[in-house]
Amino acid sequence: MAKIIVVTSGKGGVGKTTTSASFAAGLALRGHKTVVIDFDVGLRNLDLIMGCERRVVFDFVNVINGEANLKQALIRDKRIENLYILAASQTRDKDALTKEGVGRALDKLSEDFDYIICDSPAGIETGAIMAMYFADEALIVTNPEVSSVRDSDRVLGMLSSKTKRAQEGDEPVKEHLVVTRYAASRVGKGEMLSLDDISDILAIPLLGVVPESETVLNSSNAGQPVVLENEADAGGAYKDMVSRFLGEERPMRYTQAKKGFFDRLMGR
Amino acid sequence: MGWLDVFRSEKKGSAQTAKERLQVVVAHRRSGSGGNQPAYFPQLQQDLLAVLRKYIEVGDDAVQMDIEREGDLEVLELNITLPESRH
Repeated sequence: MAKIIVVTSGKGGVGKTTTSASFAAGLALRGHKTVVIDFDVGLRNLDLIMGCERRVVFDFVNVINGEANLKQALIRDKRIENLYILAASQTRDKDALTKEGVGRALDKLSEDFDYIICDSPAGIETGAIMAMYFADEALIVTNPEVSSVRDSDRVLGMLSSKTKRAQEGDEPVKEHLVVTRYAASRVGKGEMLSLDDISDILAIPLLGVVPESETVLNSSNAGQPVVLENEADAGGAYKDMVSRFLGEERPMRYTQAKKGFFDRLMGR
Repeated sequence: MGWLDVFRSEKKGSAQTAKERLQVVVAHRRSGSGGNQPAYFPQLQQDLLAVLRKYIEVGDDAVQMDIEREGDLEVLELNITLPESRH
């Protein structure tokens, strides 16, 4: 039985796909057989971030409609063993996803995989609900910024009412906060919400923090999950996050501003 | 703390403003999660005081609020203490 994890946020552009790609890759690097599914029907992008856009023949909607089987649609990652991608359709509309169809596909994947990562589209429409409906756990990707935090709050409300677990009265979806684009130096100056502020407001535990970093754009330019980058900043942050998810203790990094020569001179 | 801190202004950062604003708008979720008082309480308390003061002079602690939950039912208890009359 696979564990199903949705990566969601409400707001667009906060790092859901980047996080999905790196979290899935990180789990696979740790030896867990993992598939990452793009639920953003009509606006697929996970394939680009994962660098397999030219290998997409069949997609998730083809599988749901019975036009292809999973074996045909699953794309095996060429760099990382145990990692597979299921692309979104580029042409269909979002109503192509139905609870029955998605449920059937996830059941089938569940027999074969340890983890199923569902990369949610932005918004709170059908696509986002489909991505979260069957989830056991959720990563809430949030930027330290008012609109992102409010949207995350909305999504938390949906997780506790619109998911299968909520509707069937099972144990609720386990929620994890992932803060991305964090600039410790601006937090230090009182210009940016701190990690404590955000987890206070949203009232969910922090799984990881990814610093604002040039590496993220460089990696997506190259179609390479940022977790594959060396230990430095964003790559290391995603590795830590995966370790914590697997139950290991890792201190939070990148939460302190780097001290410059002047700061040290002034005893700050 | 460095000696230069003396010259730094004690200006409130914009992050603090962001936090206070968010605490008001995400109130519905925190109130639903049980336990603590809802995050909108402080703001509601201030608003009620402002309305009262249009008509009567009251102190800062004139409005007492509490929330109680019994199953699906939520009861907001509101106590307003009037100042002692002066005649």
